[in-house]
Amino acid sequence: MEKTTYVLEFEKPLRELTRNLDELRQQSLETNVNLSEQISAIEKKIEAAKREIYSNLTPWQRVQIARHPRRPYALDYIGMIFEGFQELHGDRQFNDDRALIGGTAFFGGEAVMIIAQQKGRETKEKISRNFGMPQPEGYRKALRLARMAEKFHLPLITFIDTPGAYPGIGSEERHVSEAIAVNLREFAMLRVPSISVVIGEGGSGGALGIGVTNRVLIFENSYYSVISPEGCAAILWKDAAAASKAASALKLNAETLESLGVVDEVIAEPFGGAHHNPSQAAEALRYSLQKHLNDLRGLDDESLLSARYDRFRKLGVYDEPVAAR
Amino acid sequence: MHFDKPTYSVRRTKKKNIPEGLWVKCPSSGESVFKKELEANQMVVPKSGYHFSIGARERIAFLVDPDSFQETDAKVRSADPLGFVDAQPYTTRLKRYEKDSGLPEAVICGIGRIHGIEVTLAVMDFRFCGGTLGSATGEKITRAIELAVALKAPCIIYSTSGGARMQEGILSLMQMAKTSAALGRLAAAGLPFISVLTNPTTGGVSASYATLGDVIIAEPGALIGFAGPRVIKETTKQTLPAGFQSAEFLLKHGLVDQIVSRLEQRDRLRDILSALHLRKKQEAVQPQLAPSS
Repeated sequence: MEKTTYVLEFEKPLRELTRNLDELRQQSLETNVNLSEQISAIEKKIEAAKREIYSNLTPWQRVQIARHPRRPYALDYIGMIFEGFQELHGDRQFNDDRALIGGTAFFGGEAVMIIAQQKGRETKEKISRNFGMPQPEGYRKALRLARMAEKFHLPLITFIDTPGAYPGIGSEERHVSEAIAVNLREFAMLRVPSISVVIGEGGSGGALGIGVTNRVLIFENSYYSVISPEGCAAILWKDAAAASKAASALKLNAETLESLGVVDEVIAEPFGGAHHNPSQAAEALRYSLQKHLNDLRGLDDESLLSARYDRFRKLGVYDEPVAAR
Repeated sequence: MHFDKPTYSVRRTKKKNIPEGLWVKCPSSGESVFKKELEANQMVVPKSGYHFSIGARERIAFLVDPDSFQETDAKVRSADPLGFVDAQPYTTRLKRYEKDSGLPEAVICGIGRIHGIEVTLAVMDFRFCGGTLGSATGEKITRAIELAVALKAPCIIYSTSGGARMQEGILSLMQMAKTSAALGRLAAAGLPFISVLTNPTTGGVSASYATLGDVIIAEPGALIGFAGPRVIKETTKQTLPAGFQSAEFLLKHGLVDQIVSRLEQRDRLRDILSALHLRKKQEAVQPQLAPSS
């Protein structure tokens, strides 16, 4: 578990220490020599290295954690904190998008509608889920399910985890722009409580397409950005390798997003990222979801709508002389 | 000034700045056009029908009834919420855009009349930061939509944009939500929204208000799409179909309602609004008139 956990470039010291530890343990077993002192010394070193690395993560390093191959995905969380998930497929028009899934489930005994972006874990699944990049059909399925939620008075919970909507020929031919735009407008008008959670990557319009909700929560190491750091670097720095600089400049990390009012709560992750302890991350998510659902349950339809409108209406920073208003 | 069967071409590569000099070469037909004549013809080449880009103020002057335009929220300007610096500071860029375009923002908003029909207008201008959608842009557009709701008037938005403005990060993305939510209220009030897509309309603007029109009109040859052609080519490693993401392609694929020459838009907007809005307005007025007659 631990060995495959440290796959990121900046985790190299941890990888090496872990290898040393394994070798020592192996040696201790094979030679029957007591190496417990050396072993515990290395274990201490590992703890110290973890503290050193994970306490000082740069924005770009945190983007890498958000994209970590072992990071819990939507279905992992759904399995851990919901009961009786019934996946509902297809947009009833063209296709079933595997990168954007949804269905009914029970949360703490209450029926809810879930809409989620889903990445694949192994190569074959990655491809079938198009690396978490939804096409127009995904957004249209999301809208179908959101309207179903409204019809049956189910609170809507969405999980955002996408590098972005898929930039493909078919996507354009079937108007992915329009599919996203319609969701922005219609999600704003839904007469049920809604909560979205950025569990990994919040990639631009593709993320926002299921993100116009009463509350927007984000995991500590997730990011939410107008453009990927690589894309921004390629355009503004003319160099995709400047992604690290772009990640800092874009201020895409959870705490900044909270200070800008874009997200309502940052959910703490286990040290080093949610993949180090998925069930702990799931427990934190359950707690936050429950709290926000309770908050929203008391509101009537009109209050829900106006609170959601006002939430997005106030976002943005601009200059305007006071007298001009 | 009208033309019969123009041949349009999609410009993808060259920046579409308004040409300099006395004479201008038409990229479509190669003919030379006297610049004054071009300007008098709304930057449309008379013979070939080629549409050069046109500034927001020039467009508004041709579009609305004389002296009917009242600009709104002219003092809303971009700030630098993230302290963004790439090759140069965002604040430096902003000053340059203001100077180069003579505009305070990437959109000019206001109230005007089109053949006597009162509308609220938001007209984008590509010269200001590539017509990108930042906080100030989104705020002005949202207010134009909200003003339409308040006045019970239709709203018309002319888009030209490279997408959401990177230098304002996530706040730019949120303008997509803000403007679209406002359009939800406009729709709920039963008021028409007409979106006019001009070259180019891409990225976050295409994925928000630009594609939410009750009626979507495109200018001939306009590039319209979510992702840029280069990104799609790189991602898919496929050859793009001929005319991909052109206004004509999107008419064929069912996104736009009509392709309308700039020269005919003022009349066409009247015709469409007459059907969608005026009749309804008359119905609303008639009950009041009935008792007195």
